Amino acid sequence: MISIEGLKKIFTTTNNRITAVDDLTLDIAEGEIFGVIGYSGAGKSTFVRLLNRLEEPSAGKIVIDDQELTALSTNQLRVTRQEIGMIFQHFNLLWSRTVKDNIAFPLEIAGMPKRAREDRVQELIELVGLAGREDAYPSQLSGGQKQRVGIARALANRPKVLLCDEATSALDPETTNAILDLLVDINAKLGLTIILITHEMHVIRKICNQVAVMDEGKIVEQGDVLDVFLRPEQHVTKKFVEQVMGTDDDHDGVEKLINTYDSGKIIRLHFVGDTANQALITQIARSFRIDINILQGKITQMQQGAYGTLFVQMDGETDEIARAINYITDETSVEVEVVQDVE
Amino acid sequence: MWNSLFPNIEMQDLWIATYETFYMTILALIGTFIFGILLGLLLYLTMKDGIWQNKFLNIVVATIVNVFRAIPFIILILLLFPFTDFLMGTIRGPNAALPALIIGSAPFYGRLVEIALKEVDKGVVEAAKAMGAKTRTIIFKVLLPESMPALVSGITVTAINLIGYTAMAGVIGAGGLGNYAYFFGFQRREFDVVFICTILIVLIVFLFQFIGDYSSNKIDKR
Repeated sequence: MISIEGLKKIFTTTNNRITAVDDLTLDIAEGEIFGVIGYSGAGKSTFVRLLNRLEEPSAGKIVIDDQELTALSTNQLRVTRQEIGMIFQHFNLLWSRTVKDNIAFPLEIAGMPKRAREDRVQELIELVGLAGREDAYPSQLSGGQKQRVGIARALANRPKVLLCDEATSALDPETTNAILDLLVDINAKLGLTIILITHEMHVIRKICNQVAVMDEGKIVEQGDVLDVFLRPEQHVTKKFVEQVMGTDDDHDGVEKLINTYDSGKIIRLHFVGDTANQALITQIARSFRIDINILQGKITQMQQGAYGTLFVQMDGETDEIARAINYITDETSVEVEVVQDVE
Repeated sequence: MWNSLFPNIEMQDLWIATYETFYMTILALIGTFIFGILLGLLLYLTMKDGIWQNKFLNIVVATIVNVFRAIPFIILILLLFPFTDFLMGTIRGPNAALPALIIGSAPFYGRLVEIALKEVDKGVVEAAKAMGAKTRTIIFKVLLPESMPALVSGITVTAINLIGYTAMAGVIGAGGLGNYAYFFGFQRREFDVVFICTILIVLIVFLFQFIGDYSSNKIDKR
């Protein structure tokens, strides 16, 4: 769907050359929600702006849907841009236009006749859940509503790709979640590819399938969101995973906790992305004659299921505990680790 | 009462003078608006990182604007006499004042337009570009509507300058209240005429200010 090859952007100032995006190569499949995460200054914003050539690449090739974007003339580029939607951190709505007219703007640009435009705008207003606010001006809307207008506007010309430049960074957590849900919804309904730039791992965790971690203009780590969460390799990635999962330091408490128990086994359960295992504790408690005591843990829901760690104490007959552990290892995707054997 | 306070006022003359002041101000304002927007757009579009970034053109336009703003208006009228004569076929009367009025105030308004355009959120212009908008669309559907309140308050300030300019032009024969005050009031030592003309000009200024403030507020949806 989207393939990027050797993409490079160098900013030249009078006494400085800054390489914002450095020899980036990447493939993004159709219908994917692809997240790019990085700290400010990592070049991720420049990267997304290169994708519709709001910034001209210094070198490299961008192909979107078999069309080589980097080879287009200014006029061809204008037409192609109508097929690439974009939403922004600060919404960038025209304050002089109502919600309706803001959404109609890209349709005007595409030269759609007035009648058809009105119908399409109405559809979009329904899609993003803004019914009843058609005639409001942006200044009368909340941040979340403004971003909904931004999304409706970006979708107006039925794009194949939606670029999100820190689309939720100016919103509070609750509104962020609502907007992310809307994006997932749109991705499922319309099957369009979404490329999302953010500095919040929470956003990646919640909606992305694939993630790329950017640092100093380069992609340092890339892959399935679950894999990256599970086995972060680079230091930056680990930092980002800690944003959501907490640091390893949090487990210090467990050590103390563990020492206070003098019977049974302390077990660490590692959940990786299978929703069927969510009733695991109940299942085990029912099937085996053991007591389960939850000590500490953190499970987080991701696009592909649950991910996290849970510390439990299993108490009962040694054989029964062993059978329970075997059951978990053999029958589920949960990884088991015996932290301490208290006998 | 009126006759004893203002013995020298001819209502007919006063009416004509007021009408001429309005005539000059409004026509010159229309011309200023058009040329000022053109100049402002040129300055804005050709500036560094502008849509038509062009250092040379930008410097040329900026220099023209600065030169014409530097010339005192009364000198400008004298300087433009040959041009006015060529263009309008006369150097007397309200019509003859128009070229000087427009040339005198369009550069000033042009600067105000440039400032107003610079205030337009860059992100919005960028969003329009990302939607595939042509430059024409960006100008007429983004830049001008988004800066409209500032364009209107700018033209209000310019209008008030213009009223002052028409009075100056009046002194050298353009007609209007300035002309009336100078020739009928000052030169004949009939100061009630000067006084009445002052009152009327102040009222006209208030009127323009009111209309300007009102419409600027009305269109501002921020």
